[in-house]
Amino acid sequence: MSANLRVKSSEFIDETHRISFKFNGKTYYGFKGDTLASALLANDVHLVGRSFKYHRPRGIMTAGSEEPNAIVQVNDNTNRTEPNVRATEVEIYEGLEASSQNCWPNVNFDIGGINNIISPFLPAGFYYKTFMWPTNFWEKYEFFIRHSAGLGKSPTEKDPDIYDHRNIHCDVLVVGAGISGILAAKNAAKNNLKTLLIEEKNELGGATINQNREFNKIDNQSSSDWIKKEINELKNISNLEVKTRTSVAAYHGYNYLLARENLTDHLEKKDKNNKVRQRLLKIRAKRVILATGALERPLVFNNNDRPGIILSTAVKKYADFFGVKCGEKNVFFTNNDSAYESALCLHNKGIKVDAIVDIRDNSNSKIVKAVEQTGIKIYWSHTIVDTNGYRRLSNISIMRLSNDGMTVTGKRINISCDCLGVAGGWTPAVHLFTQSGGKLKFDEDNNVFLPNKYPSDQISVGSCNGNFNLKEIINELSIKLKEFLKIDQTDFDNIAIESEEETSKRNIWLLPTDKAIGKTKPFVDYQNDATAKDIKLALREGFRSIEHVKRYTTTGMGTDQGKLGNMHALGIIADTAGVKMGELGTTTFRPPYTPLTFGTIVGRNVGEYFDIFRRTAMNDWHIENKAEFENVGQWKRGWYYPSNGETMHQAVQRESKAARESAGILDASTLGKIDIQGSDASEFLNRVYTNAWSKLAIGKCRYGLMLNEDGMVYDDGVTTRLGENHYLMTTTTGGAANVLGKLEDYLQTEWPELDVYLTSVTDHYATASVCGPNSKKILKKIIPDLDLSDENFPHMSFKEAKINNIKCRVMRISFTGEHSYEINIQASFGKALWEKCIEAGKEFNITPYGTETMHLLRAEKGFIIVGQDTDGTMTPIDLQMGWIVSKKKYDFIGKRSLYRSDTMREDRKQLVGLLTDDPNIILEEGAQIVSELNQNPTQMLGHVTSSYFSPNLNKSIALAVVRGGKDMMGKKLFIPMEDKTISVTVANPVFFDEENKRLNA
Amino acid sequence: MFIINCPYCGERDQQEFKAGGEAHIERPKQPTELSDDEWAEYLFMRKNIKGVQFERWNHAHGCRKWFNMVRDTSNDEIKLVYKMGEKPPLE
Repeated sequence: MSANLRVKSSEFIDETHRISFKFNGKTYYGFKGDTLASALLANDVHLVGRSFKYHRPRGIMTAGSEEPNAIVQVNDNTNRTEPNVRATEVEIYEGLEASSQNCWPNVNFDIGGINNIISPFLPAGFYYKTFMWPTNFWEKYEFFIRHSAGLGKSPTEKDPDIYDHRNIHCDVLVVGAGISGILAAKNAAKNNLKTLLIEEKNELGGATINQNREFNKIDNQSSSDWIKKEINELKNISNLEVKTRTSVAAYHGYNYLLARENLTDHLEKKDKNNKVRQRLLKIRAKRVILATGALERPLVFNNNDRPGIILSTAVKKYADFFGVKCGEKNVFFTNNDSAYESALCLHNKGIKVDAIVDIRDNSNSKIVKAVEQTGIKIYWSHTIVDTNGYRRLSNISIMRLSNDGMTVTGKRINISCDCLGVAGGWTPAVHLFTQSGGKLKFDEDNNVFLPNKYPSDQISVGSCNGNFNLKEIINELSIKLKEFLKIDQTDFDNIAIESEEETSKRNIWLLPTDKAIGKTKPFVDYQNDATAKDIKLALREGFRSIEHVKRYTTTGMGTDQGKLGNMHALGIIADTAGVKMGELGTTTFRPPYTPLTFGTIVGRNVGEYFDIFRRTAMNDWHIENKAEFENVGQWKRGWYYPSNGETMHQAVQRESKAARESAGILDASTLGKIDIQGSDASEFLNRVYTNAWSKLAIGKCRYGLMLNEDGMVYDDGVTTRLGENHYLMTTTTGGAANVLGKLEDYLQTEWPELDVYLTSVTDHYATASVCGPNSKKILKKIIPDLDLSDENFPHMSFKEAKINNIKCRVMRISFTGEHSYEINIQASFGKALWEKCIEAGKEFNITPYGTETMHLLRAEKGFIIVGQDTDGTMTPIDLQMGWIVSKKKYDFIGKRSLYRSDTMREDRKQLVGLLTDDPNIILEEGAQIVSELNQNPTQMLGHVTSSYFSPNLNKSIALAVVRGGKDMMGKKLFIPMEDKTISVTVANPVFFDEENKRLNA
Repeated sequence: MFIINCPYCGERDQQEFKAGGEAHIERPKQPTELSDDEWAEYLFMRKNIKGVQFERWNHAHGCRKWFNMVRDTSNDEIKLVYKMGEKPPLE
C-alpha cells in the first residue's frame, strides 16, 4: 500500500480498522469506510476497466452511483458473482474480491484495445451497417462479437442469498438525505407526519457533510458542523424512519415508488449468511419530496477519458471524505467555480495544485480570489486540446480559446499532470421526477432542465430543482415546505446563512481543438464509447429525433444511462442542428435509476414459490405411486404412472389398453366447476352455450360449447341440472377462472336483469373418474345402494349418493368413450374415495391413468381439447360440430359471428382425422401439412393438432386442422419433415367405436 | 400503479383490478338484424383516446364487481368511478 496517498486521517475513515481485499487477483489494503474506488485510489490504482467498444483504458471518474467507467465484477465464486457493480458504491470488507470487466486477457493488456487503433473504421452504427450482409453470416459474426464484447459475467449457479419485499405506506417520503432532504424530513416528521427518508449512500449529509470552507456558514458554524448536529437530532424523532444504502429505482404514478435497500453487501463474508441481502421497498407515499441533488458534469474535449481524469467534486470528496489524494500533480479544468472549491480544499490539505484551466475570461467570486491568493496558476480563457498517457494521464495540452469559443489560438502549452479534476457545471438529478410523469423546462441561463409540471403530490427541492446556492436553497425550502406540508413554520425559518455567489458563467458543449474533429476523441458517453464525432455523424446521416440519435449512437444506453453525458449529447445536437435546446426535448429516463439485481425484483418468489402450484386432494397418492406430473394451468396433474422402468410411451400404451379392456381411473378434480343458481339459470345457460338448455330434465347432464362473441370456440364441458334452479357447470382445467370471469361480465354488464348467481366450487370437490367395461361392477362395490341399471341411471345423467355416509354426486358421463362414472366428493375425502376405488377395482386390474392417456383415449373418439385442437380461430362449424349449434335459439354469445362472410368461408381450416400410410409412424404435433411437394412457394394447408399411437386400433392416429379439410375425406396429403416426407390420408376424426356402443356396454 | 376507488370496496391497489376495455358499448339486443359491418363495428371497433376515456374495470381479486371509470390516459388521472348501469357523466 502506497501510504503516501492518504493525506490525513479523515473522520469518515477508521484507520485503526485495516481491511484487505483483492482486485484483479492482487491483494490491497484499505480502511473501514473506504469504497472500492477510494481504496484503489489510495493504492495508486487508476486503471480499473476498459471501455465497451474501443477497449480504452478507463479509471475512476466519480465518487457516486453515476460512475460510468469503474464498473467491476464483484466476487469470483460462481454463485455470488455480480457484474456491472460501480466501484464507487462498493464498500470494502475483509475478503472482498473484485475484477475488471470487458478486458481479455487482462486490464493492462487487452487485445480488444486494437479497436481503439482501428476506431476510424468503427463509427456510429458500424455493427448495423456491416454485419447485415450476407444475411446468413450473422451467426458467424455474432460468435466473435459476443466474445469480444460483454459487460461482465452472470452467475452460473443458484444465488444462495435471501431477498425480500416490503410494503411501506407513509405520509411523506423524502428521497435524498442532503441538506434539503434532512431538513424536509425532520420538519415533516416533527409535524406529526409519518415520514420516510431514503439515502443511497451509507451516510447522511450529501455534499454538505464535507463542506467546511469559510464562505459557507450556517448559524455561524461551518455547514458540515451544522449538518452533523441536524443528523444527530434525527435519531430522536419518533415517526421518522431513515433508510441508508437504499436507492430509489422507480417512481411510478400515484406516488408509488420502488427502492432497493442494501442490507449485507458491505458486511464481511461470515456476517452475510442467512440474512436478507437486499430488500425491495414498495412505497406508497401520500406526498413525495425529491431532494435528489445534482450531478457534476464533465467537459467534452479531446481524449477526455484517460484514467486520472476525474470530476472535480470527486477529487474533493476523495481528499476530504476518504483522505485520499488522486494524484501528485493536480490540475483542474473548469467552466464554473466548483473546481476552485476543490482546488482550495486540496491546497488546504497540503496537496499541491499546479494549475486551473478555466474557459471563462474571469470571475470575481470570493472563492476564486482566495485561490488566486494561494498562488495557484489560473489559465483564463483556455481550453484543453489534448491529453496524453495510456494507462494513466501524464500531461495535458492547453490553448487559448477564441472569444466565440469555436476555435483555439496561439501556441500549445503542455502541463505535466497525473490527475485532472474536471468541472463542467451541474445537472439536476431529475430522473425520478420525469419517471413519475413530470414535465421539464429548459433553463437557458444555467443550461439545465428543471421540474416544471408535477403529475402528483410531490415537490423537488434543493439542487435537483436547479438551486445551487446554499442560502437560496434553505430559504426556498422553508417556503416550499410550509406550503406543501401545510405547516405554519419550520425550525430553520430564521437561521443566518452565508454563502458565496457565482458571478461568471460560460458553457461550451463541445470544446474546440487544433485538430479536425475526425481526428479527435471527445467522449460524451464514456461507458458506451460514444463521441461527439459519432453524434455529428448521426446528424449528417439524417437523424433528427433525439430518441433516434440516442439509439443510433448508443449515447446514454449503458448501465449508467448516460447520467454524465446526456446533457452534452443534447447540447451538441442542438448546436449542430442549429436549434434551441429547450425545443429538442430530452430522451426518456427509464427505471431503474441504478441497476437492480434480479434477486431484488423476485424477492421470495423463487424455487417452489416462483409459480404457485395447485394440487388435488389425491396428490399424495400420485406421488406415492410414482406418477410423472404435468403442469396444466396452475395445477400439477398426474401425467402417466410408469411401472417397472417403463418409458412414457410404454406406460401410456398399457394404461390406454387397460382402460378400454377392463377399468381405468383418472383424477379429474382439476376440471373447473361453477355452481349456478337462480330462477333464470336455464335462460342464462341458453345464452352462453351454443345448444339449447331449457328442456334439460333435472338429474340430466349435457355437453356444452361456449363461444366468444367473435364466434370462436372458447371453452367446453358438461353441465348437470341438479335442481329446478340449480346447475353445476364444468369447464376445462386451464379455462376455469377465465370462464367464470366472462360469465360474471355478461351477468353484471349485459344481463343484469337475470336472477343468476355464480360460485366457483373447483376446490370444494375432488373428482375420481372410473371408466371401462368393468366400471359398473366397481361402482356397485363402492355404492351398493345405488341402482346402476341403464333405466335408472342412463348415460348423461346424475345421482346423489352416499359412500360411508359421506354425500357425493355421481355423473355417468364419459370423455373416453367407455362406460364411465365421475364421482364428486367433498375435497377432504378425495384421497379416501380414490383409495376405495383402487381397492374395489383391484380384482378388475383398475389402472390409474394420467392426462396423456386421457388425451389418447379421447383422440381415438375424436373428442376435441379446447386449446389443443383449437387456437381461438376455430368455429364449431370448423370443428365439424355443427350439430351442437342450435338453429332455433334467437341468440347466444357468438351466434351472429357464425354468419359473418369470413366465418362462413368454405376454405377455412377444419378439423379432420389423419391416418399415416405407414401405421407405425407417429406424426409430430405442430407439423405442417401440404398437398403438393414440389410447389414453390409451398402452400401450408394446416397442421397436426393431436397425434398418438393407438394401442386399441394398433395404428397411429392424428387430428389436424386443414384448409377445406371437410371435403377432403380420403385425400392424400403430405407432411414434410426434416429428414423425410410422411404421406397421410384424410379420415373421419372419430377413429374408434363410431356408433358409441361401448358407452352402454 | 394506480390506486382505484372501487365503488363497492373503496381505495385499493391496482394489482387487485383487471382492465376491461372501453365502456358503454352495449351488446346489440337483436344481433341477427345487423349487417356484417354493423356487427363488426360492435365486435372490433374500439377507441384509443389520448385523453379522457371511459373504461370498464373489474375488481377481479376483490369483490369481482365490474364498474366504470373515467380516466385520462395521458396522465393516468382517474377522474371518476361509477357503478355499472349508471349513466356516464356528460362532462
